[in-house]
Amino acid sequence: MNETLRTRDCDKVLLVQAEFDGELDAAEAATLAAHRQHCPACQAAAAALQRARLLMDGGLYEPAPDDVRRRVMARLAAAQPPAPAPLWALRSRMRAWWSAGIGFGLGAACAAALALLIIAPSGPDPTQELVASHIRALQPGHLEDVVSTDRHTVKPWFDGRLDFAPPVKDLKNEGFPLKGGRLDYVDGRPVAALVYQRDKHIIDLYIWPGVLVGGRLPPTAEYHGYNIVHWRWGGMTFWAVSDVEPAQLSDFAQAWQRAL
Amino acid sequence: MQHRRRAFGLRSEVPASPREPFEAVILPELDAAHNLARWLMRDANAAEDVLQEAMLRALTYFPSFRGGNPRAWLLQIVRNTVYDALKLDRAAQFVPLAGWSEDDDIVGIDLPSGEDDPETTLIKSRDLRRLQELISGLPIELRETLVLRELEELSYKDIAEVTQVPIGTVMSRLWRARRALLQAAATQERSR
Repeated sequence: MNETLRTRDCDKVLLVQAEFDGELDAAEAATLAAHRQHCPACQAAAAALQRARLLMDGGLYEPAPDDVRRRVMARLAAAQPPAPAPLWALRSRMRAWWSAGIGFGLGAACAAALALLIIAPSGPDPTQELVASHIRALQPGHLEDVVSTDRHTVKPWFDGRLDFAPPVKDLKNEGFPLKGGRLDYVDGRPVAALVYQRDKHIIDLYIWPGVLVGGRLPPTAEYHGYNIVHWRWGGMTFWAVSDVEPAQLSDFAQAWQRAL
Repeated sequence: MQHRRRAFGLRSEVPASPREPFEAVILPELDAAHNLARWLMRDANAAEDVLQEAMLRALTYFPSFRGGNPRAWLLQIVRNTVYDALKLDRAAQFVPLAGWSEDDDIVGIDLPSGEDDPETTLIKSRDLRRLQELISGLPIELRETLVLRELEELSYKDIAEVTQVPIGTVMSRLWRARRALLQAAATQERSR
C-alpha cells in the first residue's frame, strides 16, 4: 500500500466508521467529534462512508420471491410432525406467515389474494383459501414448479416433496391437457396442485390425503367468480378450481374420475 | 479500547421466550435469510437450494435457540449452509490481498476525494444491475460483512457471531468492503 497514503491516514477511521454505524455511545461520539474537527483523514472517511451507504441505499435487498416462499413453507410443513392443533388454528397461523411477506412489494394481484386469505372466516371449508391460492398461482412464473405434459414426469416430481403420492392423470383426450404441477400450501398442510388447461383457461386440481373434518361440504361452489368442484377418491380429497363454466368444470371432474 | 467495550454489549436484544413457536420467531426472518443466501450464492436457484436447506436446519435446531437476535441466529445457519454448499471453511481467515493482513486495523484511505468522486454518478444513476455486479465481485468475506451490515442491519456484535471472527476483524472488513465498493464504482465510472 502506498506509503504517502498511509501517513495521511488516521488510526481513528474505524472509530469514525463505528460512529457512522451507530456503535458508539454519546460520550465516545463527543470525544471523536472533537478530534475529527482537526483531522482531514477522518473527515474524508466520514464523507466516504456516506457515499458508500448511498450506493447501497435502496433496491438491493432481495426478499424471498412469492414462489420461493411458498416452496419453503411447503417443505417446512412437510418436515414438521402432524400438528395436533385444530384446522382453524393452522389456517390462521398460515395467514400470519403470509402476511409477514406483505411489506416486500408483492404484486397487486397477490395482495388481493392475501386480502382474501386474511378476511376469510375460520372454518373447515377451504374454498376461499383455494381460490386465493389459484389466483396467486396465475401470476407469471407461479403456476408450475414442474412443467410437463407427461404424467410420468409430473408424478415422480412429487416424490420426496410430499408425504403422499398424488395420482396424476392426463386428460388430453377429454380436452383437458395436463400442463404441469406444483407444490402448494393449503389448509395447513403441503398439497399437490396439478395444472390443467381448457382452451385459454387454467384448472388447478388440489390433492391431499384424508378428508376434511367438519362434515359434508357441498360438491360444488362459487366464489368471486371462480368455480370449485370437490370430490373424494381413494382416501384423498380433490378440489378443482377454475374460471371455466360450472358445466365444464363438472365435465373435468367426471372425466378425471373416469380416467385410469 | 473503549469502543470495543461498547461494541460488545450494546443494542438491546429482543428476548425471545422459548415458548414462542418457530413460525412466530424465525419465519418472519425468511426474507432476511433469502437476502443473505442470494448475495452469497450469486445465483437464484443455488440460493433457493441453500435457503431450503437452511430453513430445515433452523427448524431442527430451533429447540436449542436460547433467545437473542433471531435474525442473527438464522443468518448464521444460512451462512454456514452457504459455506457447506461452496465447500469453504466456515472459520477461515482469508488470505489477504497484497499489502493487507486480515486483522490490519490501520486502514488506508485510498479514495477519490470529494471533489472528483465519479461514483456519485453511479449513485445518481441508480443503476441496480451494475451495483449488483460490483458487490457480487467482492470477495465473500467482505461481501458477507457488507450485506450483514447494510442490508440485514446487524450490529457489529451480531456480525462477529454470524461470521465467526472477532469484532475488530468485522470492523476492518467492513471498512475494506466499503472502500473496495467505492473504488470499484469509481473505476467503472471512469472507464465509461
